[in-house]
Amino acid sequence: MKPFLAIIRRDLAIAFRTGGGGALGVAFFVIAATLVPFGVGPIPELLARIAPGMLWIAALLACLLTLDRLFQADVEDGSMDVLALSPLPLELVVLGKCIAHWLTTGLPLLLAAPVMALTLGLPEGAYPAMIASLALGTPALSLIGAIGAALTAGMRRGGVLTAVLVLPLYVPTLILGALAVNASAMDLPAAPYLMLSGAITLAALPLAPIVSAAALRLAIR
Amino acid sequence: MTLVAENLTVTRGYRTVFTGLGFAVPEGGALILAGANGAGKSTLLRILAGLLPMETGEVRFGDVSLRADRGTFVDSVLHTGHLDALKPAFTAWETLAFQADLYGASRGRIEGALEALDLGFLSDQPVRVLSAGQKRRLGLARLALVERPLWLLDEPTVSLDARSAARVAQMARKHCAGGGMVVAATHIDLGIEDAARLDPAGFAPGEAADMPVRDNAVLDGEAW
Repeated sequence: MKPFLAIIRRDLAIAFRTGGGGALGVAFFVIAATLVPFGVGPIPELLARIAPGMLWIAALLACLLTLDRLFQADVEDGSMDVLALSPLPLELVVLGKCIAHWLTTGLPLLLAAPVMALTLGLPEGAYPAMIASLALGTPALSLIGAIGAALTAGMRRGGVLTAVLVLPLYVPTLILGALAVNASAMDLPAAPYLMLSGAITLAALPLAPIVSAAALRLAIR
Repeated sequence: MTLVAENLTVTRGYRTVFTGLGFAVPEGGALILAGANGAGKSTLLRILAGLLPMETGEVRFGDVSLRADRGTFVDSVLHTGHLDALKPAFTAWETLAFQADLYGASRGRIEGALEALDLGFLSDQPVRVLSAGQKRRLGLARLALVERPLWLLDEPTVSLDARSAARVAQMARKHCAGGGMVVAATHIDLGIEDAARLDPAGFAPGEAADMPVRDNAVLDGEAW
């Protein structure tokens, strides 16, 4: 357990010292969500209608923003060798790094989302569903994103490729997340969508680290 | 415990780097990898660390097979590569504290490890202000921090001054004297008695297979 916690602590420390912690992702999320009214015009009914989808797309892009450096930095400076030779299985190293990634990107989005929901005029009743959908869905963004990050970890300019690889894989999470908020906004039950969203996260929890670790072993060859 | 490698073949890209390579290192022994750039020294070290797969052959440490039981094998190994695996934002102490936690070593050993490489006075300095040689030493401090029998050192003395290089050589000698083993790609003399020499280039495809151990010819003959 100690080595596992050490990984999380280390990545959190790096995020806070060099990347401003979650501040950058949140700032991006806020800006992206704020751009929507500029794009579609200040029509309250329209904004309220598209708010769930826009919030989720903004969250998705904010998560993507920090993803490409998840493993790349460690591969470049040799840290990945040290991690790979540690007694901790590489799969758990990946899981630890995913948890740290979620704590610095997904979790801050949960806190910023209500503010943006207010800006976009999301119906009040949909707030709990929005928070719940982000809480259940964003861990999947970090986990699935890790696969793309691991596949491009050995590349110099892998950022765009990471996005291209990962965004299609985000589609189920996006659909279910937005559906849950939409349903709740229309006074329909959000639970089925939330449960499916949670199911994706639960499935990704063991699978993504296994796939990512395999990709990382190739990256450090 | 002996480290035995047999019949190793490795391909990088489309090029077979070496084939049929083998050696044995006895307990307390050392193997110096010599050879020109591209001979396959780093490749061999990464194979021994379990980071690269071998196409043919087998490596055994005692009775643990790298092929069959990579996890157990790797738990006996410490590898230091070309890169120092340092994060600029961490202090020297924090760097080793993380490695100690990760490798299950006691944090009480950190001070000693820093002193062993003459880094004690830089303990609370962030890595980003260290010089190239100091970074190198901090990268090597893992050797003094974590106790593992088999050291795989890839050019450990690059960018070190003579005194620091001597310090590293002394650490390697002490490690061997204590029953540990060292396989090092290096161009300096670590001063280990009876250290065997091996040039992976001797096993390049097309090379005569009966020249497993070249003596100092490569070292003396070339610019290094």
